[in-house]
Amino acid sequence: MNQGPEQADGLSRRQVMAGAAGAAAAMILTSCGPKSLHEVPKDRLLSLVAEMEKTYKEKLGADIKVGTEPALPGVEFAYALDISRCVGCRRCVYACVEENNQSRDPQIHWIKVLSMEKEKGVDFAHAGAYYDPKEVPEDGHFYVPVACQQCRNAPCTKVCPTGATWTERDGIVVIDYDWCIGCRYCMAACPYGARHFNWTTPGLPTAEINKNTHYIGNRPRPSGVVEKCTFCIQRTRNGRYPACVEVCPAGARKFGNLLDPGSEIRYIIEHKRVLVLKEDLNTLPKFFYFYAT
Amino acid sequence: MRIAFLVLFLPVALLPLSAASPSAKKAEERPEVPPPPFTDGIFPCSGCHATMEVNPKRRALTEFHDDIVLRHDEEHRWCLDCHDAKDRDSLHSASGELIPFSESYRLCGQCHGEKFRDWKAGVHGRRSGDWNGHKTYLLCAHCHNPHQPRFRPLAPKPPPRPPQRPGSTKGGSR
Amino acid sequence: MSFIHLFSRFTWGSVRLVTRGNRLYWTWIVFLLALIVWGLFAFAEQVRGGLVVTAMRDQVSWAFYIGNFTFLVGVAAAAVILVIPAYVYDWKPIRHIVVYGELLAVSAIVMCLLFVLVDIGRPDRFWHLLPPVGYLNFPDSILAWDVLVLNIYFLVNFLVVTHILYRAFTGRAYEKRLVIPLVLFSIPMAVGIHTVTAFLYNGLAARPYWNASILAPQFLASAFCSGPAILLFLLQLLRHFTRFEIPDEAIWKIAELMAYAMFLNLFLHGAEAFKEYYSGTEHLLYTRYWYQGLGEHRTLVPFAWTAVILNLVSFALFIVPAARRNPVTLNLGCLATYAGVYIEKGMGLIIPGLTPDSLGEIYQYYPTMIELRVAAGIFATGFLLFTLMLKVAVPISLGEFRLNGAPVPLSDPH
Repeated sequence: MNQGPEQADGLSRRQVMAGAAGAAAAMILTSCGPKSLHEVPKDRLLSLVAEMEKTYKEKLGADIKVGTEPALPGVEFAYALDISRCVGCRRCVYACVEENNQSRDPQIHWIKVLSMEKEKGVDFAHAGAYYDPKEVPEDGHFYVPVACQQCRNAPCTKVCPTGATWTERDGIVVIDYDWCIGCRYCMAACPYGARHFNWTTPGLPTAEINKNTHYIGNRPRPSGVVEKCTFCIQRTRNGRYPACVEVCPAGARKFGNLLDPGSEIRYIIEHKRVLVLKEDLNTLPKFFYFYAT
Repeated sequence: MRIAFLVLFLPVALLPLSAASPSAKKAEERPEVPPPPFTDGIFPCSGCHATMEVNPKRRALTEFHDDIVLRHDEEHRWCLDCHDAKDRDSLHSASGELIPFSESYRLCGQCHGEKFRDWKAGVHGRRSGDWNGHKTYLLCAHCHNPHQPRFRPLAPKPPPRPPQRPGSTKGGSR
Repeated sequence: MSFIHLFSRFTWGSVRLVTRGNRLYWTWIVFLLALIVWGLFAFAEQVRGGLVVTAMRDQVSWAFYIGNFTFLVGVAAAAVILVIPAYVYDWKPIRHIVVYGELLAVSAIVMCLLFVLVDIGRPDRFWHLLPPVGYLNFPDSILAWDVLVLNIYFLVNFLVVTHILYRAFTGRAYEKRLVIPLVLFSIPMAVGIHTVTAFLYNGLAARPYWNASILAPQFLASAFCSGPAILLFLLQLLRHFTRFEIPDEAIWKIAELMAYAMFLNLFLHGAEAFKEYYSGTEHLLYTRYWYQGLGEHRTLVPFAWTAVILNLVSFALFIVPAARRNPVTLNLGCLATYAGVYIEKGMGLIIPGLTPDSLGEIYQYYPTMIELRVAAGIFATGFLLFTLMLKVAVPISLGEFRLNGAPVPLSDPH
């Protein structure tokens, strides 16, 4: 999508009218069932996905594949991040942006790397995301990257008034970008700042689009809806590691199946000192932080 | 003694894991790693060393390899503690067993037992591939220069842009 | 006479009423219309460009619009302060003006819904909330509860006033079996809309500033200040511009009730401030951002203290009988109450709740011109609606506007 906010400014009255007419038509069309993607029957999902691909072709001029891979049986995803290894280099932030089609301008980052003072420990009041030294790690600092914690007791899905966000069977909290009304209640409810809003049409150059997408994952989003990390659902449901895991030069990022006793995640939980952020809120994150040494 | 204990202990520790999952079965086999990160043209070592006489005396190297500064327990170690004096293209363990460069982790693991165990479980170091299938490991030496193993500082990618009020051109408040 | 016929007479009569007025009336209407147009243009810009034209960002994702929404829920809820004595104790002086309280509630709810509509990212998808085509996440989402109670409250009030006025128009007494249960029902509903709105914030453990159980009672206390403040202005205006008689004692009584409400409001604020400051946990940050600022981030501090001073002043003016009986100090008190509660809710509730954000970042929010214009347009819409409804309701109550040959309405004062 080449159109940044500049191009959106140039929207003609006709386009606005067409938009209004489109909204009216959308309401009428719902007589054949609203386009909510939550637990939608497989055949209907396939037709909706075909429609999405067509729309992307028309609007963005890109052949985007919108996958519909369901949750794998016997799989519950979990993540672990080694605080003693992370050097705060932000490779993960940008790998995520590219993999997941985040808006380049305005900038949306699903991962926020917080620099913390060793003296203070994990303390958000003394954390900062804007550190910019020549080299990392900096003396006296450690780094805590934060993205969606995929809570089991997720405050965000509970508060959504339209049921546009929910937890999938494999534990991934997802958003239906076609159903979200953009009320941002979930953003107020999230204790981890993990949810991001498209304050305007995302600036995503067509050449930079990752065309391998998922319908509740990294497919391009419209203006006015919320988005967040999905554990790279388009990769992980196909057996692959998330993009941030593969790019981390320090090997601080670990991912796997919580239900598999032989998984890296289980090894970490059983052998390492593990913590979760804001444990007192009882959100039960499936994103663990650990100290390997 | 400690090494022997580790060698005995490791397979036992892995047993319950391997019984339960396909990914653990993989871990029992030799992990797949890319080739060791040699400096261009330096391997095989025997290319030069075959005709040279072995000087087992601990000393500072002045004629060649003088670029290598050992910062790895240098008080107690030097080249031939790890590199084999007779088979120049191999390393050797403390017990004298030859270890190919492609399995250097076995050498490192003698001292760094906990790291070695974590690495085999996929918890130390970077792995890529499939979380429930084929995985590629890296050798210790891919991330840690064996002569100066401390992880080298990196230049960070640019920080995020602070939120900006509409119309403001310079960085907004943070 | 058939109902259709009656109703068309009522409608046409109403249209005639609202299109006739003196110069002052038209100046007021034109002023409101101008504000609405000004706001509409701002809203059009917001729809075109997205919410990026506001100063809201991921860090402070709710702000001025939602603050106004919360304030107006309070205004709407405050109609109850009139309804309780009027119907439960049958206290005559207030009983005659209760209809206006309900009209105010109706207008306030309309403004509330408009503020929500302009705040959401996809107003074109509002129908996603409406079953059966949409889906309302009830009972999990408190926002779903809020949608429900606000609409029920709106309907109840709308039904009651329309019924009373329509019956008065046709010269009949209102149906007690309908009105009394509905009015009694509207009392818990009024408490309900404000409680549910408080719970909207209260239930979020992620935001310690809101996650205090004092929030709902404090909401109610402040609502019982701001709602009547508007009504007191209105009653005096009515008394001045129409031959509608409102006894002084009714006004004084309301002012007295406001003093108690304001005391409670200040007390609850004080209790919360004590807890935060004395325990001095990491949660103190948000309260400090409001009252003291954090480092160089002090945008809201002047607002905080203005609100505190205004609230104290209004309490002082209303608790002293001589002051609340003096028209000058009475109106000053109303103004102070209204402004104090408006700042406290509009700026002091939402913004410090989100500053610093959940990861400790401080983004200093203050509204943009677009947000101010949209808000002005919504307030103008509410006031326009209220004015037009009054234009019809007052003559009906006075017996000036009624069906030819209908007897003088029973609700005529005295």
